Amino acid sequence: MHIVACVKQTPKSDNVKIDPATGCLIRSGAQSAMNPFDEYALEEAVTLKEQLGGTVSVITMGPPQAEAVLRDSIARGADRVYQLGDRAFAGSDTWSTSYALSKGIEKINSILPVDLIICGKQTNDSDTGHIGPQISAWLKWPNAAFVKKVISCDEHQMTVERLTEGGSEQVQLPYPCVLSVVKDINRPRVRSVKGRLAAKRAEITVWTADDVGADKEKLGIAHCPTRVVKSFVPKREVIASVVEGNTAKERGVKLIELLRENNYI
Amino acid sequence: MNEYKNVWIYAQVQQGKLSPTAYELLTAGRKLADALGEKLVAVLVGYEVSRFAQDLIEHGADLVYVCEDRALENYLDDVYAKVLTDLVHTYKPNKFLLPATNQGRALSAKTAVFVGTGLTADATEVTIHTEDGQLYATRPTFGGNLMATITCAHTRPEMCSLRPMSYEKAPRMEGRKGEIISFPYQADKHTSLVKFLAFIKTEEDGLDLAEAEVIVAGGRGVGKPEGFALLKKLADRLGGAVAASRAPVDSGWIDYRYQIGLTGRTVKPKLYIACGISGQIQHMAGMSGSDVIVAINKDPNAPIMKVAHYAVEGDLYEVIPSMLETLK
Repeated sequence: MHIVACVKQTPKSDNVKIDPATGCLIRSGAQSAMNPFDEYALEEAVTLKEQLGGTVSVITMGPPQAEAVLRDSIARGADRVYQLGDRAFAGSDTWSTSYALSKGIEKINSILPVDLIICGKQTNDSDTGHIGPQISAWLKWPNAAFVKKVISCDEHQMTVERLTEGGSEQVQLPYPCVLSVVKDINRPRVRSVKGRLAAKRAEITVWTADDVGADKEKLGIAHCPTRVVKSFVPKREVIASVVEGNTAKERGVKLIELLRENNYI
Repeated sequence: MNEYKNVWIYAQVQQGKLSPTAYELLTAGRKLADALGEKLVAVLVGYEVSRFAQDLIEHGADLVYVCEDRALENYLDDVYAKVLTDLVHTYKPNKFLLPATNQGRALSAKTAVFVGTGLTADATEVTIHTEDGQLYATRPTFGGNLMATITCAHTRPEMCSLRPMSYEKAPRMEGRKGEIISFPYQADKHTSLVKFLAFIKTEEDGLDLAEAEVIVAGGRGVGKPEGFALLKKLADRLGGAVAASRAPVDSGWIDYRYQIGLTGRTVKPKLYIACGISGQIQHMAGMSGSDVIVAINKDPNAPIMKVAHYAVEGDLYEVIPSMLETLK
């Protein structure tokens, strides 16, 4: 079983600061880490490898410093890591990013055939949830998104449960296929000492757009279909109104009165 | 690109029911269609879904495309994406809105690649730019700390998923007339390697968080699993749903599907009552779009007390029973 987990280096969630004047992310001092949703993707890949045997490869796309998430991936149990690093990728939207990743995975597939790709449900810096389904579209592989549980898997197929509106759905997929997973699926393990040592020593393979045979007309800020034309800090003009009353009980009564007066209930 | 006309909305059907997001998309789509002087079109895909067509027309659709077949009874990403792609190639829409539900997020993403066009995720506002007629989709990023307006200049249709509850539901205009066109399901082409096995309904509440107009959410301050029963009582009384911040989920008091915030769901109800929730930024990311926020907390200095419209200082185990008593 060869499983590829897709990860991204993003700003730590609790560390995001926005310049209110420019609407830009203040990067200086902002710590980066593996996108929290990707931790579940990698953990699931490592867990499945332990059950079925095989190899876990990890791919990321990003600037030179993004190699840190690949080293972290090794510490968390990955066997092989690959970085898509090229100016041509910079500023890509989800359409272009998923294209680049699909080309990288095709190259990994040529080295060792891939059975399964696992992505996190979304990133914490863009919140789109596009990448998993879009990689599957480029590769024309079947997929399931918002997967909360792997019910069973053997060498031919897997059955998973995905979250949907009002419940969940069980679907069966043949290999190769693509999953995007939610945090329900597992609890990521602590990095092992052995893993940390391996992470330090690891050689990181870096591929350019040409290396993976990607069409540069589909890549980067100049060619991707969407662009950000404006960004701004949302105004929060809420003036908290303190609900008055001598006791908690009185304040409870008052709250209902206020909500009724304003037709909120 | 001029051959691309009309504003489309995807009317999601789940387990034989029309998703209320369809009516929200009709409101948003109507504004876009009027600004462009084009038609508003609804798209229905599924099994026995043509029965919803007239309802969509009465909520504002001028035209409804219906693709129905027994094989489409359950949602499968690749089949539905192939059907939408064929519809787009055949009828060439200008704009295409889908709901940012789980189904809509995955379906829009896959369809955008098949079609070869740009997609904006989870927008909360869509407008037509007066000069160039482009779709300007504004969406929260970085967990709601930053808003970004996104365009797609060179490919059509411009696609966008719209966050549930971002627009009011379109009102019904009884007897409104429109056109219904059926689009053939092609068994040889609209195939999937994925096999649908079962749908498991969420039992206890039946009300989906994304659709709830009132949400009563509990945090660390609830203190114990049984505490959610009290919250449920209040939610039931107000016709709403129960939710939670991360702490009770991680403590195992309540299931993950109820979690609101960066690592959970994003909701936008009319009324959000946060009980014993401190209001960390990760939680706020999932609910700050609520119309009215009420915070009930023992600590008057908790961050949520500064952003709530109504801040109630007190133990939730005293405040909520008093609210229930007053509601009688």
